[in-house]
Amino acid sequence: MATRTGILDGTEWSEDVPLGLLLLAAAIAAVLLSPLLWVVSSALDASDWVGLATAPRTLSVLVNSGLLVGAVTSMSMLVGVPAAYLTVRTDLPARRAFTILLALPLVIPSYIGAFAFLSAFGPRGLLQAALEPVGIETLPSIYGLAGTTVVLTLYTYPYVYITSRASLLSMDARLVDAARTLSHSRWAAFRRITWPQIRPAVAAGALLVALYTLSDFGTPAVMRFDVFTRIIFVEYNDILGGGRDLASLLSLQLIAVTVVILAVESRVRGSGVRTARSAPGMTVELGRWRWPAVLACLLVVSLALLLPLAILGVWYLNGSASASLDFRLGYVLNSVTIAGVAALLCGVLALPIAYLSSQTAHPAAWIVERASYVGYAVPGVVMGLALVFFGARYGGVFYRQGLILLPLLVFAYVVRFLPQAIGSSRAAFLGVSGSLEEAARTLGHSPGQAFRRVTLPLVLPGIVGGAALVFLTTMKELPATLLLRPPGFTTLVSYIWTVQQAGYYAQAALPAVLLLVVSAGSMLVILASEQYDIGWGRR
Amino acid sequence: MSFDEQSQTYGDTTENGIVDQLRYGHPERDPDAKTLFELDAVSKAYDDTTVIDDLSLEIREGELLTLLGPSGCGKTTTLRLIAGLETPSEGRLVQDGTVVARSEMSIPADQRDVGVVFQDFALFPHLTAAENVGFGIEDHENRGERVRSLLELVGLSGLEDARPETLSGGQRQRVALARSLAPAPELLLLDEPFSNLDVDLRVEMREEVRRILKETGVTAVSVTHDQEEAMSISDRVAVMNAGQLEQIGRPEQVFQQPESRFVASFLGHASFLSGTVSGDVVTTGLGEVPLGRIHGLSAEYEGSRVDLLIRPDDVRGARPAGHATNGTVVHRRYLGPTVLYRVELESGDMLGLMHNHAEEIALDAPISVQLTADHDLAWFPRGRRQMADGGRSTSPSTRADSENGTE
Repeated sequence: MATRTGILDGTEWSEDVPLGLLLLAAAIAAVLLSPLLWVVSSALDASDWVGLATAPRTLSVLVNSGLLVGAVTSMSMLVGVPAAYLTVRTDLPARRAFTILLALPLVIPSYIGAFAFLSAFGPRGLLQAALEPVGIETLPSIYGLAGTTVVLTLYTYPYVYITSRASLLSMDARLVDAARTLSHSRWAAFRRITWPQIRPAVAAGALLVALYTLSDFGTPAVMRFDVFTRIIFVEYNDILGGGRDLASLLSLQLIAVTVVILAVESRVRGSGVRTARSAPGMTVELGRWRWPAVLACLLVVSLALLLPLAILGVWYLNGSASASLDFRLGYVLNSVTIAGVAALLCGVLALPIAYLSSQTAHPAAWIVERASYVGYAVPGVVMGLALVFFGARYGGVFYRQGLILLPLLVFAYVVRFLPQAIGSSRAAFLGVSGSLEEAARTLGHSPGQAFRRVTLPLVLPGIVGGAALVFLTTMKELPATLLLRPPGFTTLVSYIWTVQQAGYYAQAALPAVLLLVVSAGSMLVILASEQYDIGWGRR
Repeated sequence: MSFDEQSQTYGDTTENGIVDQLRYGHPERDPDAKTLFELDAVSKAYDDTTVIDDLSLEIREGELLTLLGPSGCGKTTTLRLIAGLETPSEGRLVQDGTVVARSEMSIPADQRDVGVVFQDFALFPHLTAAENVGFGIEDHENRGERVRSLLELVGLSGLEDARPETLSGGQRQRVALARSLAPAPELLLLDEPFSNLDVDLRVEMREEVRRILKETGVTAVSVTHDQEEAMSISDRVAVMNAGQLEQIGRPEQVFQQPESRFVASFLGHASFLSGTVSGDVVTTGLGEVPLGRIHGLSAEYEGSRVDLLIRPDDVRGARPAGHATNGTVVHRRYLGPTVLYRVELESGDMLGLMHNHAEEIALDAPISVQLTADHDLAWFPRGRRQMADGGRSTSPSTRADSENGTE
């Protein structure tokens, strides 16, 4: 039972701004931002940075990166938006199966896709081998911009597809019916009604695609296209040639380009239009476009999913292997452990930030939440480099003995992927009606008890979902892992990279399949947590 | 005495207490009822917006008090202040003689002996009905028994293990009520308790909630914007407007003797009949009304211009047979069982008339309107004709009746 204390006792007055929580969240955000300072300071340390910045090579890298981001982002929208529309609004045959199949390429790391493409369509690849009997000896090269664009599009369009789907599902489709009764054609109704409503979601998906493309290291490296990440990695390893200065400078440029993309996205997104409620409208009948639509979906699915799986099978059967690079199950354990630690940390650290930003409109809370997102936009190769510099300068004997590298690697994962956990947890907090916690308060529970007994059980699925997402992305992360892993610490990803670089494809097949299985498993956890309906109490 | 002073003292409960007792048959104030909770000159402002302005209110032990007002009048904020979910900017809140809040300081909700039924019921979706009810009484020595008897009280025996999402709206409300009653709070607060229910269920649950509250004997404060709901369940009604208390009293009293034009218009369809005090009558567009028929108006107001409050059932219209006509029907609204006519009197006043649906009076027909009220009429000093719909002033010749009210 509640006991009342008099005003003169001065005990336990309620406070409006949870100051302790704010300070905790701010401290977390500040730590997350610290690697950026390293990038800036080491770039400014570089000798003759003005000269380096204007060198022809630096400029060509900037142009290449810009072209790649533009091409992949537009192509992803051209694939993702129609795919979303087909699976949400139309009578596409096998709609449910396509709904899932079209989202699945997200599970496959793009560098594995790149290897598969190279193996299938590259020089001395399977296609050429098949065509040799008919006298075709060379194929058009798939190295460079075109090949990189195709591969990255196939593995990033799901970002646009998923956000567009969510937006199409949540909009009031009867508005489209209304437009049709006001003598608008199907296309005119899409342009004037549907598009303005899904535009913010498409922009959000496109932003993810652009950031992924800009920060992806594996695909351009495999397809031999000189963009920021590839050059930074190469220059960093070129210790004798003094490439580290250039690597630092390019890192800074890469961050600058990322900021530009973020700014462009917020302009394009606008405030958007939101309908008050969602309602299903008429299903669009495809008519004679039915089978062409199925064929298009099948083409995307086979290129993005079936081809890599088939190639993995072929490698496994008749690829070359090296005894010195034997696969050990311990590598899987390494991957799972380090990804698990990162996921757990992210799940816990996301709590105060997500709770704060969902509960108060305080500007400080907003700044803390936004600041924590900056790390997400910093490419893994830059993050890895910044932490290597940090470790080398301040790690002392710990760095030389490699003891500090593993904590730094986990830190890099947390900085880069914490926003995923925050987003998921924040959505879960927002889904819990505020009156529930108030109800617990009026029933004699302190703020802490009310949070633990009411809010936490309700948001737990969202937090687990966010942590699973962090787990999934950490398992796949390549550049920071390569830069920061201590000698002798091999993960699935670093093993796959090593054997494929060495050309022993057969040995890459099994770990790649294992990686896909673990990834698919965590994808299931994510999907299950999204289906958990938190609140009928939601307004 | 000026009109302003008069309108403030008019209807003062202490002065008219005995008269009221005779008229309405209830004691105006239970002499034994003590004040359980008191708001003393309370104000609440968010940034620059003042939501509650210098509000003073007493809640008496055992009563069901309803805060009634249009949306945005501050009634829900008042409730949240009492619950300890908000902190007052100024003033004091006193519970049982203990100050529980004063400017910028407040004992939090979990340390006040106050239960709340939320507008959306706020049932914990991860707990069963019984777990919800037992949530606030973990230390109770006989918890299981208490939960069972409460569920029985609200008529939900057998649904102990049901999850909130499987319950109907009425059942959810019953669980919410049982949950808030479980710790036996000194004071129970209900925030728009019926607004989330279907219209049919609303009337049924009103009776049911009143029965349960009276059975447990708990003191309750409810909040609503529905004047019918307020009048049908409350012991006392407090009408609020723009963050201030307009009037507080028993439902009959507030309805029949409103102290302001706002209260008159908000509680039901109200028209105002202008007149002048002359001798022992008031001369109006409906003829002479004896002073004795007008509540609290005496001969000392000789020569004053006044407005009489006319409800649609206080007047009747008839096609002229013997009588001379005194008005014209300008609008007619068919409401099913009744018809609401708007009549423009020759004097310029606009009156609302309620008639049985069987009687037909044509639009634009000249008619004779008679004052048939069998109770004393309320009156207001002439001049400020504030309406419920935004408080604008209108001249007597324009629309004088408010559309707010009974429909």
